[in-house]
Amino acid sequence: MKVLTANRLADGEAVWYANGGWAETIDHADVAHDKGAEDRLEAIGATAYANNEVVDVNLIDVTVANGVVEPVRLREKIRAAGPTNRNDLGKQARPEAARAA
Amino acid sequence: MYRYDEFDHDFVQARVAEFSDQVARRLAGEITEDQFRPLRLMNGVYLQLHAYMLRIAVPYGTLNSKQLRMLGHIARKYDKGYGHFTTRQNIQFNWPALSDIPAILADLASVEMHAIQTSGNCIRNVTADHFAGAAADEVADPRPYAEILRQWSSVHPEFSFLPRKFKIAVTGAERDRAAIQTHDIGLHLKKNAAGELGFAVYVGGGQGRTPMIAKKIRDFLPEADLLSYCTAILRVYNLYGRRDNKYKARIKILVHETGVEEITRQVEAEWQELKDADLKLPEADIRAIDAYFAPPALTDRPEGDEAVKLARLDSKSFSEWLDQNVVTHRHPDYAAVTISLKGIGEAPGDASDSQMEAIADLAEKYAFDELRVSHEQNLILPHVARADLKAVYDALVDIGLATANSNLITDIISCPGLDYCALATARSIPVAQEISLRFASLDRQREIGELKLKISGCINACGHHHVGHIGILGVEKKGAELYQVTLGGSADENTSVGEIIGRGFSSAEITDAIEQIVETYLGLRLDRNEKFIDAYRRVGPAPFKEALYAGEAKAA
Repeated sequence: MKVLTANRLADGEAVWYANGGWAETIDHADVAHDKGAEDRLEAIGATAYANNEVVDVNLIDVTVANGVVEPVRLREKIRAAGPTNRNDLGKQARPEAARAA
Repeated sequence: MYRYDEFDHDFVQARVAEFSDQVARRLAGEITEDQFRPLRLMNGVYLQLHAYMLRIAVPYGTLNSKQLRMLGHIARKYDKGYGHFTTRQNIQFNWPALSDIPAILADLASVEMHAIQTSGNCIRNVTADHFAGAAADEVADPRPYAEILRQWSSVHPEFSFLPRKFKIAVTGAERDRAAIQTHDIGLHLKKNAAGELGFAVYVGGGQGRTPMIAKKIRDFLPEADLLSYCTAILRVYNLYGRRDNKYKARIKILVHETGVEEITRQVEAEWQELKDADLKLPEADIRAIDAYFAPPALTDRPEGDEAVKLARLDSKSFSEWLDQNVVTHRHPDYAAVTISLKGIGEAPGDASDSQMEAIADLAEKYAFDELRVSHEQNLILPHVARADLKAVYDALVDIGLATANSNLITDIISCPGLDYCALATARSIPVAQEISLRFASLDRQREIGELKLKISGCINACGHHHVGHIGILGVEKKGAELYQVTLGGSADENTSVGEIIGRGFSSAEITDAIEQIVETYLGLRLDRNEKFIDAYRRVGPAPFKEALYAGEAKAA
């Protein structure tokens, strides 16, 4: 399973493709379950890159448990949450993330 | 300290205007990322995991209070309230928006700072001994030469697209605190028998995936020949350095593959063509740059001895800080102070906006407005009257920066690692924090003595693990973090590259392994005066391997 991620051009914010747009958290990212869906996400990423909305576009491996999208690699877990030594920074510091936890 | 002249001001302002225009065009979609990336890198802008990162140059690590205050302002206004001081004596901000970077660069230019050549395949920030101008053991201040190199290398048309990045360091003392032998060019400023200033020139050092110790290719280069000789080295490198393979593109590989004799011959031959031409430094020009670095007028403050003696009796913690973080100054009434950015359990090299401002105030009040960033990721007040040390200490206690651990096991160099860096393969900061907490007791640290522990979160070795007495390299193995340990590295006048001690350790095991190594050292050292590195050089890896892995062999 994969989701599409990138960094927003103007401010570098890590974003994930969700519901037709770029979300600042991974929670509701569109999950590709097969090669066809991956190709569609890849095409969306290429278009967004070409349109100068985002940079560093990647498809990343995820798992989904109880509806929660979780990256497989530690690198992507840290991107999705924030620095592990600073819980007050990054997505993990946001009120909505705290509520979800 | 160096002040911009009219040319410098115009040059930096012009660059701010140019890059601001490039950012605007990028945000408007007029240029693509592929076109923009090399432009942003030339101006210190990286893209990391969470955001952009801006690396700001601090030439040879020298700052004044106004500049540090501005860095604090930038941290607060445009970033998340802190900055990270680096092993290149620079500072990085981890969260700036691209759209804010023109404003940040304009703010920096207002205090004679910039981010030019903090990335890219060019000559990077020239580093120097952080005690330059203050150290009792130096023959002369190395910073005027670092400044001459900075002026020469800034947007040098011939050397802006080298095969790979290029780093130069200068020391003015026998005791090398600038790690010159781990640099592409290392310069040791010294005097010859006639009392003239010049340099021993080292070439081809470096860390990264292929660590190499620089080779001395000239024992004495007259100071007037600094630029012609460096140009000769860069020309040979630019011509023959490998552009086919990024991992073999540094000059260290060229020196290694060509051989030191042949490289020396090539450099000397090139130099013969250059040495008597327009790159020869006129004496008057050298002295003019020297004048910028004239030491502050240090008036005698003989009351310092008595003041320090009394304050020592009064406060054990002050006394310990004095022993650890204060070093001898060339003027007997003064001292150089290391402000540790390695608080127990803190991220190495980080300082908050308010800490930066408070340190700037201290520099202004007690240290002739001078500050240094050390490559060991601490800040230095190079000239403090001994009579004022207690006041400085008390002020540092108030802002949580009086940790008395300079050169001890918790004075860890660490790269940002996987918590921030797009290239990292494992985390560094949490490992540093856990080791710091394990060895939190100052008594225990002092019992262990000088021990340089350095951590990198990937093979690029930004955390200098190869030259740590104990080095830790974080890698990713089967999806998990794994930490390889090297022992016996050193980055001083006796530079050595550490040896891998054996299989790596998981993040849960690494702190225990470090403790095991330290306990092994304590058990085998001849006495308290035998430092870790000296003991390791005497006994070699065997006792440490035995301590770490013997149980496994038996179990198997």
